Amino acid sequence: MRLFKIRGGVHPEDRKLLSAAEPIADLPLPPLLHIPLQQHIGAPATPAVRRGEQVAKGQLLAPNQGQLSAPVHAPTSGRIVGIGSFPAHHASGLNVRTISLQPDGEDRWSNAIEGIADPFALAPAEIAARVSAAGIVGMGGATFPSAVKLNLRERYRLHTLVINGAECEPYLTCDDRLMREQAAAVVDGVRIMAHALGVTRILIGIENNKPDAQAAMEQAARLDDRIRVVHLPTRYPMGSEKHLVQTLIGRETPARGLTADVGVVVHNPATAFAVHEALRYGRPLVSRVMTVSGGAIRRPGNLRVPLGTPLQYLIDHCGGFEVEPARLISGGPMMGQPLPSTRVPAVKGSNGLLALTVEESKWRATMPCIRCAGCVRACPCGLLPLEMATHARTGDLERVADLGLMDCIGCGSCAYVCPSHIPLVQYFNYAKGELAARGRIKQKRIETKRLAEQRAQRMAAIQRAKREAMAQRKRAAAAQKSQATNTD
Amino acid sequence: MLVAIASLTLLGVTLGWLLGLAARYLKVEGNPLVEQVEALLPGSQCGQCGLPGCGAAAQALAEGRAPLTLCPAVDRALAEELAQLLGASADLSAVADQTPVIAHIHEQLCVGCTRCFKRCPTDAILGGPKMIHAVFADACIGCQKCFEVCPTEGIEMRPIEATLQTWYWPQPALAG
Repeated sequence: MRLFKIRGGVHPEDRKLLSAAEPIADLPLPPLLHIPLQQHIGAPATPAVRRGEQVAKGQLLAPNQGQLSAPVHAPTSGRIVGIGSFPAHHASGLNVRTISLQPDGEDRWSNAIEGIADPFALAPAEIAARVSAAGIVGMGGATFPSAVKLNLRERYRLHTLVINGAECEPYLTCDDRLMREQAAAVVDGVRIMAHALGVTRILIGIENNKPDAQAAMEQAARLDDRIRVVHLPTRYPMGSEKHLVQTLIGRETPARGLTADVGVVVHNPATAFAVHEALRYGRPLVSRVMTVSGGAIRRPGNLRVPLGTPLQYLIDHCGGFEVEPARLISGGPMMGQPLPSTRVPAVKGSNGLLALTVEESKWRATMPCIRCAGCVRACPCGLLPLEMATHARTGDLERVADLGLMDCIGCGSCAYVCPSHIPLVQYFNYAKGELAARGRIKQKRIETKRLAEQRAQRMAAIQRAKREAMAQRKRAAAAQKSQATNTD
Repeated sequence: MLVAIASLTLLGVTLGWLLGLAARYLKVEGNPLVEQVEALLPGSQCGQCGLPGCGAAAQALAEGRAPLTLCPAVDRALAEELAQLLGASADLSAVADQTPVIAHIHEQLCVGCTRCFKRCPTDAILGGPKMIHAVFADACIGCQKCFEVCPTEGIEMRPIEATLQTWYWPQPALAG
């Protein structure tokens, strides 16, 4: 199959050998699980259980709030010991509403859980509804509710489902292992999703540094001739969905648009596996595969982790730290976020936990920009990172937005090649956040105006009604008086 | 002599008539800048600036009688916008220090007197007589009108805390 070129990108050393040979191991149940109610993009889930309640594995703990949201289920059977605030799996270190669950060790599935023998007999909307009820979100790290993406067929003309098995981030091997060990299940999930989307073509893109995964998926994909496993060149950021689609079908996603604009929907293999579990066995998303790696980890590996497991428990299971890590990162080293502590729980979007040594983290002091334009060459989106960072530093955010800030995917290629070690991505994240905050304030201003006007109108109406009532009473009194004089 | 008087009179009358027409049909209602400024202000007529309503505040801003930071609802972005509109250079140092606040009613102190509820310019307080009131955080603009009238001091102005949705990376520190 002919592949198309994308611009920019970098070739970081992939360091996947640290954990690529380790089969997925089931993590034993920790003594306490902390299940955040916000593990996805959108509104947080609302708790539906009480403290002290006994729950079964897979039981609904908190239903979703609105369409752009996802429910949360019990990762194991046990007792709810608290619903409160707990540090979130997030770089900010802020707290988030969290349900704490004490496992009873039985790991007993709820009786209500029931699979479907033939998911292909279901209507597409029914599949999307089941995916939504299972709390499945994009498991590559974006955590966008998958059901919303499966419903895109209503608004777009779709022709291709792309499975993003690129896993271009260094260190991470969880998708690689999943595709090697659960190829049949992944392919089944992919076929169910293709049925829901009504597409005629399925492309599974896997980078060439994962030959075993490519072979396993090719083997499993034989039962469906719509599926094609595509060998992708190893290049970061091949796993960016817009760039993956461009590589595969040669069409660029419009700026600030969705890949659905060019008729393509992209899903992650781990999401496909979760869809398979949800449809065939009725199991909601209660665990995920994570890579625990990095030079500071004694025994790097791939673990099937119950959601809500404190990260410290994963580290302990992997033999603890060999050396004190310089950096703890959730996700890959390129786009991952630093973690505030190891107390925070594993969530639906966490694909990796990296403990990097000083040598690996390569931290250097920031130097002035020498205008080498290395970042311009590396940017896969064709932007000018050096110009954008300069304007972001001086606070001219409108100018940054004009330079295409919203087209930046935050891949970090620019910061990776920068010889002056300028934290370019942080400038862009700051600018994006600040612009979003200003947008929210503007929105609030408009709303305030509307509310104030409504109130003014209401007050005027009340006053008018009062005056009218008074006039009415006066008229009535006058009429009565005149009547009284008449009768006299 | 007569010709000169007649022609000058004619000229005067015609031009005067034209001016009169222009004054009638090309009339400018107030200062157009005031309207533009008023559109940017919150319009909640909260009166915190010390002027009677947002219209008066806009007038004062447009005429340069008041600082750009007059309105407590004006944040940095809005101050910049105002500065651009009025062609003034804004001293934004005071704006940055202000943290936005919203009202919070302590339920155990609320006696349901409806005083706050009646004063809220954006209807952000929910309640009725002898019922515990509550604040809609999304609608509250932090004008402190309710805070001032609460007889039991049961209203607290709390800073708006960042959530996972609103938090973002701070600007990187400059290279040393």
